Amino acid sequence: MIDGGGIIKNSSRPIKVLVAKLGLNGHDRGAKIVARALKDAGMEVIYTGIRQTPEQVVETAIQEDVDVIGVSILSGAHISLMKRLIENLKEKGVEYIPVFLGGTIPLPDIPEIEKIGIGKVFLPGTSLNEIVKYVYDAAIKKRMKVRD
Amino acid sequence: MIEEYIYEYIEKAKKNDKGSIGRLLTFLESSPSQAFKVLNIILRNNVGKAHVIGFTGIPGSGKSTLISKLIHQYIKDNHKIAVIAIDPTSPLSRGAFLGDRIRMQEHSLNPNVFIRSVSTRGLKGGLSFAGVAMVELFDYLGYDKIFIETVGVGQAETDIMNIAHTVIVATMPGVGDEIQVLKAGVMEIADIYVLNKSDKEESLKTFEYLSFIIESGEIGSRVGWKPRLLKTSALMGQGIQELRKAIEEHLEYCTSQGYFNHKINLRRKTLVKLFLEKTLLDKLSEEFEELKSMDIEDFSSQLDILRKKIENFLREFDKYT
Repeated sequence: MIDGGGIIKNSSRPIKVLVAKLGLNGHDRGAKIVARALKDAGMEVIYTGIRQTPEQVVETAIQEDVDVIGVSILSGAHISLMKRLIENLKEKGVEYIPVFLGGTIPLPDIPEIEKIGIGKVFLPGTSLNEIVKYVYDAAIKKRMKVRD
Repeated sequence: MIEEYIYEYIEKAKKNDKGSIGRLLTFLESSPSQAFKVLNIILRNNVGKAHVIGFTGIPGSGKSTLISKLIHQYIKDNHKIAVIAIDPTSPLSRGAFLGDRIRMQEHSLNPNVFIRSVSTRGLKGGLSFAGVAMVELFDYLGYDKIFIETVGVGQAETDIMNIAHTVIVATMPGVGDEIQVLKAGVMEIADIYVLNKSDKEESLKTFEYLSFIIESGEIGSRVGWKPRLLKTSALMGQGIQELRKAIEEHLEYCTSQGYFNHKINLRRKTLVKLFLEKTLLDKLSEEFEELKSMDIEDFSSQLDILRKKIENFLREFDKYT
């Protein structure tokens, strides 16, 4: 665990991340562990709980004004759910918020998911440090993009 | 930060553009100088109209779930509802796990409901400056029922009584006897006590402890209002209508006694106090970080260095805002 590794130096606020479980699947051990690692790295983590729709996730991201969205899917419906999520982000004009995906995603699906506009796919066995580092970089890039 | 856009965000936020509201809330929880710029605009000629309802009480007593059930009641009557859910910041990592929202996610797509999670960022008293500043923004934008849920640390958390018109303290069965209830602090401040999870065993006993103490006037009595004690089970949806009724009765009491505006006044004074507190504490922590790397061991010289830094800072305070 890299304590404090997610803190932006000289920033007036911590990185804020939304961790969400999308679709009809309730296995949230993975999402909670990732949420905890991000918290331990010094980030503020909003956890939505299970069985969320893409619309709910986008609306929550907007109201909470998060820097990054992390989604966990184990149900197999990742392609259609992520498509809807990205479409919804565009519809609401917040497509600048980076999205990463974690879960049991078959390797052949990854190129298609990346084409949809997902920043990164993390498969089982990924180290928590790697996820923290990705979120940190993605948040900084996003804040620069919106001059925030 | 894009401060020149604050006016634009405010105009859009008035039309209930959730993205703009979200951004303004972020300004309020960023540096004090950014928050100052927003507050300076929204507090100009603004009398304050919203009914602010504070929820506090021990962790796990069901505050978030109770609020979620109350939202169901209130949206039927076309209220605009804001929820400010405060959770603690980790003293170890400075991160936070903000989980109150989970219990309210069913309302996330309702255009008349806005939910925002806030962390305490290390301030004591359970209420952060940002939380109170957010009340002002929601009030300005026409949200007329504003719920603040505090961290629920227990006995020390009494700031809420300076912020909310109606204070609700939630507790649950089996958390202690009447001695616990009599202890000074959070148990003294409620206008309405809620014994949640009353479907559980032991609820009768806890209810009796509480009602004895309230009946005998040992806690929470004020002129013209005797604290209510209600049994609810948020999960089973029991007692929620009664809770709403009690909240509305308390609002009527506040209005008829002139406490409504008095509370708004008090809230704005508290905001000033919390603003200064945050500004000074931020500065102090910053200087302390620097002190840590210095090679001075003597207590009074260390104190002297910090004191001088703070004095200089105060002298230039007007530049800061």
